[in-house]
Amino acid sequence: MNRASPAFSPLQRALHWVMALGILAMLFIGVGMMSTIDRVYLALVNIHKPLGIAILVLAVLRLLVRWRNGAPPLPTGMPAPMRLAAKLSHLAFYGLMIAMPLLGWAMLSAADYPVVVAGMHLPPIVPHSAELHATLWAAHRFLAFCFFALILVHLAAALYHAWIRRDGVFEAMAGARARR
Amino acid sequence: MANPQNSSLPTASVVARVAAIALLVIAAVAAFAYTAGWLTPARLTPAKIVDSLAPPGGPVKGYRRNHAKGICFAGSFEANGAGVSLSRAAVFQTGSYPVTGRFNLAGPAPTMADATGRVRGLSLRIQTPDGQEWRTAMINPPIFPVAQPQDLYALQRATADKNDPEAVKKFAASHPSLAAFGAWAGSAPFTESYAEDQFNSLDSFVVTNAQGEDRTIRWSFVPHAPAVAIPPAELKTRDPNFLFKEISDRVAQAPQKWTLVLTVANPGDPTADPTKAWPADRRKVEVGTLVVNRIEPEADGPCRDLNFDPTVLPTGMRTSDDPFPAARSAAYAVSYNRRTAETESYPHTHSKEQP
Repeated sequence: MNRASPAFSPLQRALHWVMALGILAMLFIGVGMMSTIDRVYLALVNIHKPLGIAILVLAVLRLLVRWRNGAPPLPTGMPAPMRLAAKLSHLAFYGLMIAMPLLGWAMLSAADYPVVVAGMHLPPIVPHSAELHATLWAAHRFLAFCFFALILVHLAAALYHAWIRRDGVFEAMAGARARR
Repeated sequence: MANPQNSSLPTASVVARVAAIALLVIAAVAAFAYTAGWLTPARLTPAKIVDSLAPPGGPVKGYRRNHAKGICFAGSFEANGAGVSLSRAAVFQTGSYPVTGRFNLAGPAPTMADATGRVRGLSLRIQTPDGQEWRTAMINPPIFPVAQPQDLYALQRATADKNDPEAVKKFAASHPSLAAFGAWAGSAPFTESYAEDQFNSLDSFVVTNAQGEDRTIRWSFVPHAPAVAIPPAELKTRDPNFLFKEISDRVAQAPQKWTLVLTVANPGDPTADPTKAWPADRRKVEVGTLVVNRIEPEADGPCRDLNFDPTVLPTGMRTSDDPFPAARSAAYAVSYNRRTAETESYPHTHSKEQP
């Protein structure tokens, strides 16, 4: 196959794959640190916070790039419900990529923990409040599981495009030639 | 272009590819579940530690899951500058830094009688102008009963074991440190006041000075007030809240003080084992004074919604090879997450609706 399907820009692809790794790492670190009392707990927390802020910065950058560059059109043969699902999933991804770090930061602020990220002291973004902490913490936790579920659906859909529909959607992000 | 091409794939091939995708998704879910500890029920999670602290009737909602009974205070830490030789943390530079703290009793019930509180606690948050904080939660015994967080869990389980009345005895037989703690618990006097108790970090931490030199330390807050022991027979007759009343009255009369003494480990000292005291001749440095100026009931006090996580440390201090601070941090977070979701069970008493 030698289709010249339009692809995401190299910057967009780089952002996608770097963030994919980062976000997966965040989700595994998140559930992992909640499950251990060993010294690794502190190491995981100390990765989770700066990585979360890094993802927030990258997500904002990515949103700006997406705004400017747009996305390659979906294949014309794609059924309407599938197109809608693709659009909504992208919306959900952007929402979660920005909301999750903000919820984490806000949750620490509401608990009045010092938010120190890679040696930098970040200001609190919400007031100290136990009730607010409880709400933000529950949201952070719940949305983390939603995020992981969304990634699984995304992975399945991407592979469905790559291996079964073979319509160039996967390659638009993978940047590789369609494989047989 | 871009017509769906699956028509060109043989059905068997489509089935195989769908199966491959399903397997990948299942593998990802399994890896996630394993990381979360859902596939390994034997893993000691912070939630299990916190659960093990609950009394038989379940935890008291809205309160800390251990050291549930406490009272807040405000004060300051007056650093004398001597600590600068050990740590570059701003808190050791000569100056006065605001403190939010809490006196407390070990135990899961906020209603416990003060006379039954064998282990008393002092928690502090010291803030410095550079935005950094030092949080610490200390207790009055000179040693900790167990050497590993896992042992603490096993001890809690043994204590709660109704089927085996010998469970604690068996645990003690294999954990000799418990006897040393028991000797302290059985002989140390109950003082009249929190202001007369010495509070010890027990856990060790590493300090780094401006020259980049690392040292492992423990610390104690040594009271200025002389200790007055309550005769054991009299202890039972005391008001259930005598400590709260006493410290409130005492601080209302005059600020109460403790000297912060850092003890520096020699090479080879047991830095990872809080059941083992360091030899008495180790270098001690007096680095400042804790001054408690104002007592505030916890319900509306500034300490209620703070987590005195002992791993919140300023630059110039970090955790050591002692396994407890990490375990405590993980468990305190669970306790905090649970109790902050239960504030209706422990409301503020100053209603905002009041005229």
